[in-house]
Amino acid sequence: MGRDAGKLSLTLLMTPFLLWIGLLIILPQIGIGYVSLREKVSYDEFHYGLKNYVDFISEPVYRNTLFRTAWMSIVVTALALVVGFPVAYYIAKIARQKSRAALFLMCLIPLWVSDLVRAYGWIVLLRETGVVSRTLVALGIIGQPVEMLYNDATVVMGLVYTVVLFMIVPLTSTLQGMDDALLEAGYNLGGSRLTVFRRIIVPYAMPGIVSGCIITFMLTAGSYLTPVLLGGKNSSWFTEQIYNQFITRYNWEAGATFGVTLLVFTSFVVWLGLKLTGQSLATTVAKD
Amino acid sequence: MYDLSCDRVTKAFGKFVAVDEVSLDIPSGSFFSILGPSGCGKTTLMRMIAGFETPSGGDIRIKGESVLSLPPNKRNVKMVFQHLALFPMMNVGENIAYGLRCRGDAKAEIPAKVARVLERVGLPGVEEKQIGQLSGGQRQRIAIARCMVLEPDVLLLDEPLGALDLKLREHMKIELKQLQHQFETTFLYITHDQSEALVMSDRVAVMNRGRFEQIGTPRELYDDPVSGFVAGFVGDANCLAGKIAEIRGGEVRVELDGGGAVEARRADDSAVGDAVEVFVRPEAMRIGETAEGTRIAGTVDSLLFNGANSRILVKAERGQLVEVADPGQSGELTPGASVSVGFSPARARAFARRTA
Repeated sequence: MGRDAGKLSLTLLMTPFLLWIGLLIILPQIGIGYVSLREKVSYDEFHYGLKNYVDFISEPVYRNTLFRTAWMSIVVTALALVVGFPVAYYIAKIARQKSRAALFLMCLIPLWVSDLVRAYGWIVLLRETGVVSRTLVALGIIGQPVEMLYNDATVVMGLVYTVVLFMIVPLTSTLQGMDDALLEAGYNLGGSRLTVFRRIIVPYAMPGIVSGCIITFMLTAGSYLTPVLLGGKNSSWFTEQIYNQFITRYNWEAGATFGVTLLVFTSFVVWLGLKLTGQSLATTVAKD
Repeated sequence: MYDLSCDRVTKAFGKFVAVDEVSLDIPSGSFFSILGPSGCGKTTLMRMIAGFETPSGGDIRIKGESVLSLPPNKRNVKMVFQHLALFPMMNVGENIAYGLRCRGDAKAEIPAKVARVLERVGLPGVEEKQIGQLSGGQRQRIAIARCMVLEPDVLLLDEPLGALDLKLREHMKIELKQLQHQFETTFLYITHDQSEALVMSDRVAVMNRGRFEQIGTPRELYDDPVSGFVAGFVGDANCLAGKIAEIRGGEVRVELDGGGAVEARRADDSAVGDAVEVFVRPEAMRIGETAEGTRIAGTVDSLLFNGANSRILVKAERGQLVEVADPGQSGELTPGASVSVGFSPARARAFARRTA
């Protein structure tokens, strides 16, 4: 009886999850993979093979866009870590118990506004006739209006702004679990601030750092709105290429190939990152 | 020379004075305990000695030198934390080597030093173990080894036995004392558990509301407490409330609040009519008609069996419960029997009543 009830509740709990992951994640991915392998010969006639992938690799523009996207995503992830760590540390360890929830909420508020509106917010601030440019002219700091959009620095900044929260949340929850006595023991046994940071805080926070980095990297590499709106034509973001193939050129085969390539390549970067830092997904997720 | 001296150390948090002009001198190589209830300021005092808090007044000297201007990582006092604070991301060897590396010891010498200190705490060869693989008692010893490898002037211990279960705690008390002998280092031990303080210490300071009530050997505190707080806090004691009716030299006659009267030693300058409390140890009391002394009539309420520590709980006529030691566990008495409890006035002390 008890076992049956357990089975039933497990089934009820798992069914929506399995449906969701099966119908909305795995099935479409299989479909995309399938489409990426076919080649249109004539109307309703297809060959199957790796030709699309060969085409992708032999075209430097596509290749370079992918590498550029991956590289900029790594830069964004690193900056998000640098910006997010002090914030997370402040919320978890320095702020008083009472203000913690409020601070955390303040980090969440930007999420209430859609990506699109936030990106337009940046445009209002940074374009040639925007708030920042005009203010600087009015103050006499610059002679004439300056275009601050459509360059890599702006894209990186906009992306960091978009994803930093996903760095702060896992870091905060990891750091909250750290007993202050560990820090005090670190000082008591003769450690300087730098030693305590390097040998106690960072190793302790490592699971949070790893999961935060994976989330931000994946989100950044797969983001579309921010690089397109803030970077314009110059952004050459890989998701933009996927969009172009699917929508502008109506070339689903190439689009699907790009999609699969992006997934495989970013997963490879994450794997490489884990290998290089000596971490594993298991210790990150299943922290005791 | 003293390893550690505190000179009128004070710490105030806003209006609240946590530590109030506390002075102590700890001679080299002794085991000194600070005993007090939670919130008495003992942890604040220890944190000031370690350098995590700055005193509002007074001076702290280690080996005669004031350490007030030194940050925590430059003081040669090491601390065993309440929950030990072993670093979970390092193995045992790395935990112990941490302090040596911070101090800048030559890399080649560190493994030998780590091995030697592990041997001294009786856990040779556990360098490669993870902290999670150790038992509570082993962790305790690793926490001590991590400090002792740095040869501190004073080792501070902040209720490190609190998290252990009773059996292990009893065992660790003896072990800590032996370790202290072996290392010949000054230990400053903080606890709210009077039996820990009595068993291990050379000297104990009883702390209450930010002040030291009494500093002395465990025997002095037990046999000759200077205040009602010490008498009540150190060891078990029956506490009978009443008013002084008469003073006869060194003794007083106290009329108990519920009625009846007892005689006791006059332990402070309370005068006739003052509210006092009479403290009597359970082992100073006898059941039955003894020739001399003062007595209380009552009925046996219950028998509390605990081996050599067995007690008889007697309900006095006025409803107060009195604990009487019953080392023989004769079993002759049954609950409900009327008895007379007697004790010698010399072994009872009347102190001015504590304000609640």
